[in-house]
Amino acid sequence: MSVEPMDGLPVRRRPRYRLRHNLSEAAALAFAVVVLIWTLTPIYNIVMVALESHGDVFTNEIWPAKPSLESFWIVVTQGYWYLEYFWHQFANSVYIGVATVFLTLAIGSLASFSIGRMRIRHGWLVSNAALLTYVIPASFLAIPFYRIMHIYGLSNNLWSVIAAEVTFATPYAIFIFQQYGVSIPIELDEAARIDGASPAQVYFRIYLPLMAPALVAVGTYALLLAWNEYLYQFLLLSSKQSMTVPVALAQFINSDESPWNYMMATAIIYALPPIAIYYAFRGRMTAGLTMGGVKG
Amino acid sequence: MAGAQVLKTAEAFPIQALSVSRPRRRVWRGGLLGSEFTWAVAFVIPYAALFLAFVAYPVVYGLWLGGDPELYAELLSDPIYQRTVVNTTLYLAIGVNLKMFGALLLSGFFMRRGWWVKGLLLIYVLPWAMPALPSFISIHWMLNGQWGLINNILWNIFEVDGPGWLETSRWLALGSVIASHIWKWMPFWTVILLAGRMAIPQELYEAAEMDGATGLRRFAHVTFPLLANLYLICTLLSTLFTLGDFNSVYFVSGGGPALSTHVLATLGIRDAFEVARPDLGVAAVMSALPLMIPLVILLMRKLHTTEVQL
Repeated sequence: MSVEPMDGLPVRRRPRYRLRHNLSEAAALAFAVVVLIWTLTPIYNIVMVALESHGDVFTNEIWPAKPSLESFWIVVTQGYWYLEYFWHQFANSVYIGVATVFLTLAIGSLASFSIGRMRIRHGWLVSNAALLTYVIPASFLAIPFYRIMHIYGLSNNLWSVIAAEVTFATPYAIFIFQQYGVSIPIELDEAARIDGASPAQVYFRIYLPLMAPALVAVGTYALLLAWNEYLYQFLLLSSKQSMTVPVALAQFINSDESPWNYMMATAIIYALPPIAIYYAFRGRMTAGLTMGGVKG
Repeated sequence: MAGAQVLKTAEAFPIQALSVSRPRRRVWRGGLLGSEFTWAVAFVIPYAALFLAFVAYPVVYGLWLGGDPELYAELLSDPIYQRTVVNTTLYLAIGVNLKMFGALLLSGFFMRRGWWVKGLLLIYVLPWAMPALPSFISIHWMLNGQWGLINNILWNIFEVDGPGWLETSRWLALGSVIASHIWKWMPFWTVILLAGRMAIPQELYEAAEMDGATGLRRFAHVTFPLLANLYLICTLLSTLFTLGDFNSVYFVSGGGPALSTHVLATLGIRDAFEVARPDLGVAAVMSALPLMIPLVILLMRKLHTTEVQL
């Protein structure tokens, strides 16, 4: 760039700068549209098929001719033979989720209190065992796990699934609790000890209340893990009464004349609670912790 | 012991997640005595019991089930298994790298300011926020050669007959599975890397700008060196999780056409429960150990050093 008079410079450069700015903004928008299409196509497909009538599914339409909510009505009223236990199965999923949350929080917080606050000897062994469990893919343990549940006499029992979900959620809980626990002053524990509180009292009166944000974050994580998980629920639950929603949903695929519209309506009803929970807790997590639905 | 939580908490505590963790003082000074020790042990017992009953026992049982060397000879001579190994390798090599690289790019994109970028991020994380099963079933139907949405769009717009994505060719089906996996998991890693980027102090960029570094040079000399370690850890973790990913393959291609797109995770389950050979299934899964063990060791080490370095 050659030397210009001082007052000439901004006048000459601004249009070019603005042009570049606009170009980059336009490129970003175009990129955003690509991302949007990539993200939403499968989701659009679920909604579209759910709104179609059974005959519409097998056409070349890309939007249902007569969109209707009939499929949802069929699911909600259990009006199809694959769906005769839908609400029962929904309740099973909720039951497993709630039990998983409670047990994960209890077992995880007790262990991290002992390791992180009371500094039990060889505590690192426990946290290493937890880390290892977290890193090993859950699906690789499924075969022996299935066999062992038979040995424990828990086959086709909701508690076998709860055991599996708690097993894979607790390691994450222990990491988060230990990480979060560092931010709570240790002097609080000491003061309580001097005043004569027992370890159990310190745990209930000081540790748990101060850990509340971490408990919320991990609880959400455990709930979503248990709700979303498929493989273990599929292997461990076999009767229609003990099945959960994802297992029942996957059963549709194997039927001869797959009622895709009912299936997608079921899928949407099944997906809505975790989506709602995810977005509802997003805000709170930025204040507390983030969750990771890593294991799927 | 930070490790995995570095990744998980990165979004919430951007700075803290990458900072030195403080050495902890012993709370109960002079060690645990008498009843305190009993309490501490009692508090760990639930987790210890859980670990022994549902992790250690299955692992040992699995090792025992898959301990026979003849099983591995049987696997190696099986063409389905050979194809599965190739698929698993491709799945990891292409799937993980594309996903992580895409996440790196997109995390840079989402650093832009503006309301519509924030809105887009909310939509973009939807695949991660929703359960895997509905989306994979949807993708499976969407790729149906005759009635699927993709081919319907191709027909309506270009008047071309699309291929049977999942029914005809092994490579099309494997590609579809990999794309579905990326679709589902890239948002998660984008959020993690975005947190990593946000933890980089703004002053560094200002200083770099003073020295004339912008655009790509800024990325090469400021962003990437600071993000490299996190990127590597994410890639290692993602490799392990991808290795264990059962849902993408099982629901999108189902291992078809003609058992040509299985990966180790799905082949193991098939052998154990459809062919009723649990020993063979465990052996198939265990044949991933030569890859898994170095990865786990590397990851554990990396996590320990990261704790003090960053």
